[in-house]
Amino acid sequence: MNAERVAEVAGAHLADILVARGEVVAVVEADALLDTLAWLRDEPSLQLSFLSSLTATDWPEATPRFWLAYDLRSIELHHRLRLKVGVDGDEPHAPTVTGLFPTADWHEREVFDFFGIVFDGHPNLTRMMMPDDWDGHPLRKTEELGGVPTQFHGALVPPVDERGMP
Amino acid sequence: MTSVGDAGTPDMRDERTGEIRQETMIINMGPQHPSTHGVLRLLLELDGETVISCEPTIGYLHTGIEKNTEYRTWMQGVTFVTRADYLSPFFNEVGYCLAVERLLGIQAPPRAQILRVLVCELNRISSHLVWLATGGLELGAVSVMLYGLREREVILDIFEAITGLRMNHAYVRIGGVLMDLPDDGPRMIRELLKVFPGRVDEYETLLDDNPIWRERNVGVGLLSAERALSLGVTGPVLRASGVAADLRKDEPYLGYETYDFAVPVRTEGDAYARYRVRMEEMRESLNIVAQALERWGDTPGDVMIDDPKVRWPAKLSVGPDGIGNDQAYLDHIMEGSMEALIHHFKMVTQGVAVPAGEVYQAVESPRGELGFYVVSSGGHRPYRVKIRDPSFVNLQALPAMVEGQLIADVVAANASLDPVMGGVDR
Repeated sequence: MNAERVAEVAGAHLADILVARGEVVAVVEADALLDTLAWLRDEPSLQLSFLSSLTATDWPEATPRFWLAYDLRSIELHHRLRLKVGVDGDEPHAPTVTGLFPTADWHEREVFDFFGIVFDGHPNLTRMMMPDDWDGHPLRKTEELGGVPTQFHGALVPPVDERGMP
Repeated sequence: MTSVGDAGTPDMRDERTGEIRQETMIINMGPQHPSTHGVLRLLLELDGETVISCEPTIGYLHTGIEKNTEYRTWMQGVTFVTRADYLSPFFNEVGYCLAVERLLGIQAPPRAQILRVLVCELNRISSHLVWLATGGLELGAVSVMLYGLREREVILDIFEAITGLRMNHAYVRIGGVLMDLPDDGPRMIRELLKVFPGRVDEYETLLDDNPIWRERNVGVGLLSAERALSLGVTGPVLRASGVAADLRKDEPYLGYETYDFAVPVRTEGDAYARYRVRMEEMRESLNIVAQALERWGDTPGDVMIDDPKVRWPAKLSVGPDGIGNDQAYLDHIMEGSMEALIHHFKMVTQGVAVPAGEVYQAVESPRGELGFYVVSSGGHRPYRVKIRDPSFVNLQALPAMVEGQLIADVVAANASLDPVMGGVDR
């Protein structure tokens, strides 16, 4: 199905939907997320039953600050739809979608690790890439790149920008 | 010393109560283990030799590629993403560049698209060869390891001739590719096309009906189509479970719809089926390489888009030392036109400006759906680059494949997933 047709069919259920650069993007409120995803997954004319990707973007100046993007794919009908949810605050919350899409498990852990978004009801929301005792969430725009000392057993090497020129 | 079968071996009985111990054992496999394909740590709970639970722990190779791209120009992003899944660098480059090109609303010229297909399909073969070599080695097929790496070397030589590098090429650029095939390129590729089918036959003769290979792979690491889909598995692993999903067919890019190739599918969903799918895929890729090479010969033109707002401003020409700056161009920007100099300076320091927006571009990498979710806030740097790496998602299926199986099968099952930790951890 082409993007316009997908937007038309899904538009019967979703108010805020548009087609941009050949992609269908819909926006819902966080409390409607689970129902909407369940509908998109089970609707026979859409069959968006495959969660390709789940990630976030951080816009510190804006409200809501974080946008979650759920990229759905129909393996059978060869089309896609991206569902976006805005969440706000310093410790934002969103419902887990692992009940609908088991693949979301690691995706949500990664988003939690990188952005500090808490997925309520997630079975094992622990850090994924960063060490367990890491402080902060590195992909937030408020966190700078680098500036972290290198640890190796007892030795501590200061970050590159603090070593000084020889 | 206690003899085998001695009922009173100290290991079996609790020191204090004298009762036979019933508890399970938890062991770490990795992160430094030859069969974990890099630095993957598996936390295994074992009852004897049976795996009760398996928990992959990742992040040991996290290098912050996504964060780094936010601090560099759009063009520099290529050099970062190519390092994610280091066994399929061209796919990372193509996925990223296609995403940025869609944000810019441009398309690479036909000759560049053909070259992208050419290097991608050669890369698919070289990546599958590493899987064959390492997977074979892990199950004791040492000769397959030697043959696999030997043929991969031939392909890496071709890559080196085309791009100057064996890995992490940064060859695919926004708007096209860095340069055309070298004079020797077509001959090297034709040579490969001639020899390689016989080599695949050779691997199959060694493995297809090899009793040990079959014993270690048939029925191991089972994954049903339904389970695979719910866990987000894609690529050869999904196709070995009976789902004919291939983005080159389903959501064609780079003109894949005009190439003639088949999508190999098996229904068994075990490690052996994955082996068969990948072997067939190598033949199909070779097929595509032959078609692409023929088209390349028939399609004249530039390999970079002719848009001064996108392409690198410098002009090169062959000087006495082999290569150098074009003197006429240097004279033009340095002496002739202030505007040309400003343009040159801006393109070199800032690079291309990408209008605000977001796209998700997926390509079929050797491991499955490689997606790039690229967001621009309208500047000279990416606002966010998310790499949906197939290794990362596929690895999630490992516990489902090995729980309840023998610990020796963990090695075979993991090898059949073909995870590349550079892609998993990014």
